[in-house]
Amino acid sequence: MTLDPVTLAVLNGRLVQIADEMDATLYRSAFNPIIAEAHDACHGLYHAETGATLVQGTSGLPIFVGAMAFAVKAVIDKVANDGHLETGDTYIFNDPYDGGTHLNDFRLIRPLMRKGRVFAWIASVGHWLDIGGNVPGNYNPKATESFQEGVRIPPVKLIRAGSIQQDIVDILAANSRVPQSNWGDLNGQINALDLGERRLHTLLDEYGDDTITAALAALSSRAEALMRANIAALPDGTYTCDDFLDNDGITDVPLRIALDLTIAGETMRLDFSRSAPPCDGPLNIARSTAIACCYVALKHIFIDVPANAGCLAPIKFDIPDTTLLAVSAPRPVAGYTETILRVIDVIFGAFAKVAPERSQGSPFATINALSLAGWREHRRRWIMFCFFGGGLGGNPESDGLNHSNNPISTATIPPVEILESLYPVMFTQWALRPDSGGPGHNRGGLGAIYEIEALAEDGADVFLIGERGKFPPFGVNGGGPAALNRFIYETDQGEETPPLISKVTDIRIRHGQKVRLETPGGGGFGDPATREPSRVVRDVQLGYISRDAARRDYKVVLREDGSLDADATAKARAGTPA
Amino acid sequence: MSSRDVIVGVDVGGTFTDLFLLDPANGRFQTAKVPSRRGDESQGFLNGLKALGGAAAIHSIVHGTTVGTNTLLERRGPKIGVITTRGFRDVLEMRRRDRRRTWGLWGDFTPIADRDMRVEVDERTLADGFIRTPLDPQEVRAAAKHLLDQGAESIAITFINAYANANNERRALVAVREVWPNEFIIASHEVLSEIREFERSSTAAINAYLQPVVASYIGKLETALTEQKFSGQLHIVQSNGGIMSTATARKLPARTALSGPAAGVVAGAAIAKASGFDNLITCDLGGTSFDVSVIAGGRVSLAAQTTIDFGLVIRTPMIEITTIGAGGGSIASVDRGGLLQVGPESAGSVPGPACYGQGNTRPTLTDAQVALGRINATRPFGGELKSLDVEAAKRAIVTHVGEPLGLDATAAAAAIVQVADARMAGAIRLVSIERGHDPARFVAMPFGGGGALHVSALIRQIGLKCALVPRFPGITSALGCVLADLRHDMVQTLNVMLDGVDAAALERRMQAAGREASAVIAGSGIAIERIDVQYELDMHYLGQTHTIAVPLPVAYQGDNLGVSEATVRSAFETAYLGSFSRLLPGLAMRIVSLRVAAIGRRPVFDFAVFAPSASASLEKARLGSRPVWFDGGWRDTPVWARLELPVDARIAGPAVLEQPDATTVVEPGLAGRIDKLGNLIVEPA
Repeated sequence: MTLDPVTLAVLNGRLVQIADEMDATLYRSAFNPIIAEAHDACHGLYHAETGATLVQGTSGLPIFVGAMAFAVKAVIDKVANDGHLETGDTYIFNDPYDGGTHLNDFRLIRPLMRKGRVFAWIASVGHWLDIGGNVPGNYNPKATESFQEGVRIPPVKLIRAGSIQQDIVDILAANSRVPQSNWGDLNGQINALDLGERRLHTLLDEYGDDTITAALAALSSRAEALMRANIAALPDGTYTCDDFLDNDGITDVPLRIALDLTIAGETMRLDFSRSAPPCDGPLNIARSTAIACCYVALKHIFIDVPANAGCLAPIKFDIPDTTLLAVSAPRPVAGYTETILRVIDVIFGAFAKVAPERSQGSPFATINALSLAGWREHRRRWIMFCFFGGGLGGNPESDGLNHSNNPISTATIPPVEILESLYPVMFTQWALRPDSGGPGHNRGGLGAIYEIEALAEDGADVFLIGERGKFPPFGVNGGGPAALNRFIYETDQGEETPPLISKVTDIRIRHGQKVRLETPGGGGFGDPATREPSRVVRDVQLGYISRDAARRDYKVVLREDGSLDADATAKARAGTPA
Repeated sequence: MSSRDVIVGVDVGGTFTDLFLLDPANGRFQTAKVPSRRGDESQGFLNGLKALGGAAAIHSIVHGTTVGTNTLLERRGPKIGVITTRGFRDVLEMRRRDRRRTWGLWGDFTPIADRDMRVEVDERTLADGFIRTPLDPQEVRAAAKHLLDQGAESIAITFINAYANANNERRALVAVREVWPNEFIIASHEVLSEIREFERSSTAAINAYLQPVVASYIGKLETALTEQKFSGQLHIVQSNGGIMSTATARKLPARTALSGPAAGVVAGAAIAKASGFDNLITCDLGGTSFDVSVIAGGRVSLAAQTTIDFGLVIRTPMIEITTIGAGGGSIASVDRGGLLQVGPESAGSVPGPACYGQGNTRPTLTDAQVALGRINATRPFGGELKSLDVEAAKRAIVTHVGEPLGLDATAAAAAIVQVADARMAGAIRLVSIERGHDPARFVAMPFGGGGALHVSALIRQIGLKCALVPRFPGITSALGCVLADLRHDMVQTLNVMLDGVDAAALERRMQAAGREASAVIAGSGIAIERIDVQYELDMHYLGQTHTIAVPLPVAYQGDNLGVSEATVRSAFETAYLGSFSRLLPGLAMRIVSLRVAAIGRRPVFDFAVFAPSASASLEKARLGSRPVWFDGGWRDTPVWARLELPVDARIAGPAVLEQPDATTVVEPGLAGRIDKLGNLIVEPA
């Protein structure tokens, strides 16, 4: 069955709208701010037999967009094994090695049944606040096994023919520090699936199952055609980019993330085999996660390619299990966000060599999962868990955006006032960080400084997984690197920094003491010595950069009163090769 | 004003300024349409009044304005200063850590107050309202003087947790007033006493940015009106669809962001109600966008905030208008994957569609309508152009859509219209079906220039009951200005648990807020029939961060509204099930904020003044016929002069009904009829 282009365009809009609406339903009804405010969730429609992504919402977390196909496949395999599926069944799991990402991400997967057969799968994934393990919030930087990170749930039937299995709910509740929050999020995800199922049945009734099947196939092949056309337009060759993670949280040894990107005609090969071996700490990722983040990087480069599995068809992956990018159980993976950000960075870095005019400086690229936790009355836990922002890279169009989210996410940050109303903390600074953006003709965006004081009588436990403490976000096309990530905490003896820089556990601050996080900006784009001196002067006036940086990085000299010293600048720049 | 005063509604849009004059004493009305002047919106306003015979005989003018929105979009406001809590001067610039688009990492953001115009002072209030660091007025005065020296024309004070206790902000206001040379001073709690520092600060800063502009605009209008011997009062429409005094508009110009479009929705609601419809979806097809809004059970839908542009958030109750980038000027193209797209890129009104012959050679939605014979190329509305270039439209369609898809000009044009119809239907679905409304109970009301071209398709695709094309679709917003009630909204963050809530204290707060909002209405000097007060709570289960709006079914019985824990609980559960499939029994519920709206009801407008004249007849209305493309074939289609059709006239589709400011296409299988008030109702035959 071939569809006319008009019907296809109409159906594409309808399908994406359904996925968008599922996203919105969960955001509005979720309990924890990571879903409700930061949108750490995703919904879509997946192929009945292969699990391949058919339709994704436009607002879902980008990294999940790539990962969900693997999760659905895990359920398909489970069903094949169990051999029994009914209308109204829904599976749940968080197994990171089987199409998951890390233990906090709970997937609910439901068959869309038509005439007794699976037409497609609808799925919901959301980040729950806590699922046991050694560290509240599960970002345990010292984990050496999955068991220290939290409770691992394989695909199990949460809902049988429409009725929730209370046994499973009870097991989940007993293994979390915040069972009510998880219960609320679980209900939000069920709300989203209920709604998606209703809408899809309406659409199928209206157009007929065969028409929708044909439309889904056509949309996938169109995405593939578009991707092939995009790749074919690039010069053939092999392009290399290596970058490093600071350490694995256990031993202070950098971990290499290495990419050899080959373009040959209309195909692309991403070879990560030179990357570091699996590590002891939680910076490993599963192969499915690695492919998902490649997808994210490519979508940021080829913006017009639709979000379905077709766009990965022309890409070949080499991600051997000798690397930390394709581990299996029980290797720890809680810090997966850091590793995938570095994978995305090396793809951006290699692409900057393929097409410098279309590239951008590296984004700040660390999630800085910071938890402050303590106890309320009656031994009830409080956990303030938040990801923090940084700068994006300078790019051909403009300076990088100040204080943005990471490429894997569209998450907004919870307001200070919401955090202070929920937890016994007080922010003493929430500001842009001067000199944190990489110098460039177009400067990298600025990172931020967040300073938090503990208000609770018994202080707060502090946990952090962050990166970019030793290897800064890089510039491209002649642009310079951004500032490094820094974390400082107060003790009775004064301010201290942790030995592993941004991997922190077993720290407790007392009432009135503070922690401070200073995040990187983005890398610069183009030679900073070509930035118009007036823009550099303005950056100094605004406090984006210091006078010293103006002189050192941009070769721009300011007079005492802050105005441009044109002669001294000309001399300083003449001494620099352009 | 009394109910017998002559009143004029003035809507200044991007292209035209529309006016509607009503003389209730004799039921006379008059309309005018003059070009708008971008950058000097008062010119169109005053020219329009001249066209109506001058201002002297007018008692009251109500104005829908886009001055605020345009100032923001074009960033032509003044330099402003901001005073913030120590450690927080970058809140405005850091936003909520978002970026412009999901995919793609380019682009930057310029805040409306530059970093060197934002000054920190020592002060701090905690989340529970406790003042941890009191304010030093001397430091605030010094900060204000510094900002003044740097050229600030207005100033915003935005302190952390001011929603919980505004004392430091109030003291800062006093200190700033001592040194500030003008009235353009605003504190965040004055615009919005609600949690979330970015949204509150952004609203306050935008308000400060607009104050001098809107004040000078209103001042200019008032001066000119005085010169024209106007002795009545000028009022402004707010984004919530209610009108406010110019004094309030000068103080809170952020509330004018959706002034014009909101007036249109108000008119839509009134027109539909007069014709016996309580559920409708207004559809405004402009040059670059398609705006829809829902009125269910006679009530307009309100949204809590809007984003004017990336990072520019205004949070204040406003009519919820959903916009998609599909308008008459939207460009049709085939992407590299072979998929036909209409919009969001637009040719706007300059250079406009290819058929305007002003330099654009890419096909737009309007070009497709022209190629299909639906728009009369010899009598384009608006009156600027003499005729449209049909051949240029077809060339553009063939080159950019026909050839890539292997279609001829007509089939390609039909495809463009169909894709645009589908996008518009999607927008309507979003606000109706997806909010739990049954479309079969809703009527579509097109206004603006182009909406009536698409209503037939929308009825068919969504299963709407019918479409109601108002007598004068092109002046709906101006009419809305005349019809709008007065309205004043207030929001207060409460943050209390429902279990064991002190209902008496809640009752007192509601009563006090109701009295305060009513006082604003009563003090506006506009005659009203009565004041209604609506009470709503934002609530959630403890742990959720988002809230749902919970209307409280309370009313004064003697001195008491009758608020109780039980009524609130039941209202919450009803509202929750309206949005989600499952309640969460056993979980605690929290009241986050209280919203109170005082509405001053204006006299009811008698739409009988729009009824067709007794001399109208089918014979007079008949304009002949022309070929129009429907369902895969050309049909010789009767063309009618819509305004000449008599009451109860019934026109079977296919038909084209023309009037100076709109064209209605009635597809085969549908029929149009004229109701007693002159509205055109398009429904299944």
